[in-house]
Amino acid sequence: MRFGVVIFPGSNCDKDLIEALEHHTGGSVVTLWHQDKDLKSCDFIFLPGGFSYGDYLRSGAIAAKSAIMESVIAFAHKGGYVMGICNGFQILCETGLLPGALLRNTNMRFTCSNVHLKAVNTTLPLLKAFDSSHSYSIPIAHGEGRFYADEATLKHMEENGQVLFRYCNAAGEETHDANPNGSLNNIAGVCNAGKNVFGMMPHPERAAFEHLFNTDGVPLFEGLRGMFPR
Amino acid sequence: MQTATLEQAKELGLLPEEFEKIKEILGRTPNFNELSVYSVMWSEHCSYKNSITLLKTLPRDGSKLLTKAGEENAGLVDIGDGLACCFKIESHNHPSAIEPYQGAATGVGGINRDVFSMGARPIAQLNSLRFGNIHTERTQWLLKGVVKGIGDYGNAFGIPTVGGEVYFDDCYETNILVNAMSVGLVKVGKTISASADGPGNPVYIFGSATGKDGIHGAAFASKDIGEDAANDLPSVQVGDPFWEKLILEATMELIETGAVVGLQDMGAAGITCSTSEMSAKSGTGMDVWLDKVPLRQNDMKPWEILLSESQERMLVVVKKGQEAAAETVFKKWEITYAQIGIVTDTGRVRYYMNDILEGDIPAESLVLGGGAPVYQREWETPAYFQLIEQFNANQIEIPENLREVALFLSAEPNIASKRWIYRQYDSMVGTVMQSTNRPSDAAVVKIKGTEKSLALTVDCNSRYIYADPDKGTQIAVSEAARNIVCTGGEPTAITNCLNFGNPYNKEVYYQFKHAIDGMGKACRKFDTPVTGGNVSFYNQSSDGTAVYPTPTIGMVGVIERPEYITTLDFKAPGHHIVLLGHQHNDMGSSQYLAKYHQVNYAPCPFFSLEHEFALQQAVKQMIRSTSVQSCHDLSEGGLFISLFESAKAGNLGFKIHSNPVVRKDAWLFGEAQSRVILTVAGEAELALIESIAEMHGVPFSVIGRTIPERLVVDEEDWGDVRNFAAVYDDSIERLLEKR
Repeated sequence: MRFGVVIFPGSNCDKDLIEALEHHTGGSVVTLWHQDKDLKSCDFIFLPGGFSYGDYLRSGAIAAKSAIMESVIAFAHKGGYVMGICNGFQILCETGLLPGALLRNTNMRFTCSNVHLKAVNTTLPLLKAFDSSHSYSIPIAHGEGRFYADEATLKHMEENGQVLFRYCNAAGEETHDANPNGSLNNIAGVCNAGKNVFGMMPHPERAAFEHLFNTDGVPLFEGLRGMFPR
Repeated sequence: MQTATLEQAKELGLLPEEFEKIKEILGRTPNFNELSVYSVMWSEHCSYKNSITLLKTLPRDGSKLLTKAGEENAGLVDIGDGLACCFKIESHNHPSAIEPYQGAATGVGGINRDVFSMGARPIAQLNSLRFGNIHTERTQWLLKGVVKGIGDYGNAFGIPTVGGEVYFDDCYETNILVNAMSVGLVKVGKTISASADGPGNPVYIFGSATGKDGIHGAAFASKDIGEDAANDLPSVQVGDPFWEKLILEATMELIETGAVVGLQDMGAAGITCSTSEMSAKSGTGMDVWLDKVPLRQNDMKPWEILLSESQERMLVVVKKGQEAAAETVFKKWEITYAQIGIVTDTGRVRYYMNDILEGDIPAESLVLGGGAPVYQREWETPAYFQLIEQFNANQIEIPENLREVALFLSAEPNIASKRWIYRQYDSMVGTVMQSTNRPSDAAVVKIKGTEKSLALTVDCNSRYIYADPDKGTQIAVSEAARNIVCTGGEPTAITNCLNFGNPYNKEVYYQFKHAIDGMGKACRKFDTPVTGGNVSFYNQSSDGTAVYPTPTIGMVGVIERPEYITTLDFKAPGHHIVLLGHQHNDMGSSQYLAKYHQVNYAPCPFFSLEHEFALQQAVKQMIRSTSVQSCHDLSEGGLFISLFESAKAGNLGFKIHSNPVVRKDAWLFGEAQSRVILTVAGEAELALIESIAEMHGVPFSVIGRTIPERLVVDEEDWGDVRNFAAVYDDSIERLLEKR
């Protein structure tokens, strides 16, 4: 299996993600440059966190119009796997590959901290290694992470199993206090209707190494490994 | 061009005798461009003219130092495994006091450029902030702006902010302090020098285009803040972290090409400073074509281009013939660049505009260590020392309800959690920050690919230094070292940021002189040489009120093995709580005295450099014996606050017994130095710790045990740790969010 990690000017979680992918999935990783169109025959494309093009105009708005994204969008439309983390999630919403939008946090501040997450649709191969009854501690670091979608879209997403993660407290309860940014339905991650495009605001790659004393993000990478058995 | 006048020189901040000296050097009267160049290069900010004599008394040598203090843009120490740590701290006080958001943001940008212009990739950032009374609207505006500025810039730049300190005291009401530190890694032997060797080599500028922002910023940083300071707004620069990220990546790739001769970022005094310093360093010269500089706006005058402090710009000397390799990198990252000059052998910097010579100056005459003036200032004992001598602890009554005092201190902004602040900083990008999930006294940052971690800290309790500049600064260095030792590290070296009032004020200079003396003593004792830093004078308002002398210490240490990493949280109920160090009837200059009793004139807390050294040697050995469960030093708020912080971090409580020979408020809240609390699990470990303490002559006492959730002092139940935690966590947020 071959992962492609797109690098936009301003991406800054690319190295962390590559390290986690290489360490946990057994797959190979290549980088994809924003000005190129070649996806280098990758099986799964990642859009990493950071501040693509400075996040000027609106988070992810400029990156969504980049050369590489034309290829990524075509790839996704053909059923190819694509995942965005943090800024990558914002970019995917801007392209329309994922439903909804990510608005300013309700406290109007950039917030970096550990939060708790619950995996929702664990029938998805990507989330297969998560235990849906367990609460996972995974950090967030964003100023615009409040998931929003209109009522009909949200209802459809919920019914169609498109919610990947929800914010919860340490006991696994999806409370108002446990929601760090005001996301609707405590949503922290979603996928498209075709279940081949994924996005999440928290950073599993920041909870995937023993030296960080937090490996709660590892199940995501185990899920990836399971999706492409050798 | 017309010759300049003495009046113009004075307006630019030069002294009459300095104007004379310029005429002597040039053998003629300078024109306005040249005068402008001298005025910034000889400003306090660039020339260190009132501090360099004393700075030279600091220990600046050591086996691990790879470059001497002041020789390059940042300090460089060998940390083993073929790696060097490059680090520096710098102030951005004056701009931040006027435009907090941009002032702080560009401070972060500038210090990171100092590190990566040496070829080191930054891996961590820290900061040290000082504000006035947190209850005033102005302070809240400043605080919110500074924190957002640091966050927006550092977060987008993509390097984690891993540590820092924040204090609130009235003396900083007008003059806030914003000190930013950056720490990077580079392979030994792969560093780039800020030099301009090889006449004929092309000189490039790359990064942002040059505009009119920040002109005379260096001169602005060299005067008191008056009522008309808002008129200096054009002196404040505007930052763009996206460009900083691009020039970081471009610089790293540029160095890989092998085409780089020398590199320097453009900070204070812009093109002037980088061209003259690089030329002077190599004993070469430079011809610079100002009309080739990419500009943001039309009709900029030569002196404006020379002095512009537009951010995110770099000057690089490229090997002749390898221009194409360099330009390929600039094009890949889509950044503005231009060849703006050439290295010469004239020893002079010559500035041309459309082939007309606009300035012609011997490079050496502009720089520190060359022709820049050096002054010896006078000092006299501050008058306020008398007030300190009058302090009598017997006049301070012991409050009846010490639990209330403990709650008060837990909420005191200088002690309470800075969560509202640090959560706005990305502390985890880069996946190196090891203290997020395991807190410790110093920030622990993984050096990937090795067994090691760095232990990083910034420390300065300026209240102590105000009371006793010499001893207080020894304490600042000691506390930094203690934080590193308590975390399991070995202190390596320091960088300093010396924030003081007006050096022409003799009492201020007394503080400066004695602070440097104290720093020297402590740095020699701990073998932590000074690798460089920055001096910020004139932190005083026009009514003459100076800030507390604030020589911030940024210290780097190395933790050799993962198992040495020691955290401050209590680990389990039933562990012994050990207090190491001398117990004194002392509450001098404590937060308890200052904030609860409102006493601002009191002696520095008890301190002995010998005791401190012995304590640190003992703690190092204890940690290596692997019998220490948790370790936390005593600082602001004294013993109670340290115990509470360890209890809170471990979701546990404690049961302790006070020492009858020390008055109970001093025992709980006094800040006598060189003390540490640690916990150990069993009797055998306790005996081992005691024997190590004895070996080093360090007093040892078991003061109690860890228990579940309750805080119990002398059999009196003070309640659930979560009650104190709620107050501690929410105090600052409640003030700022008006809840």
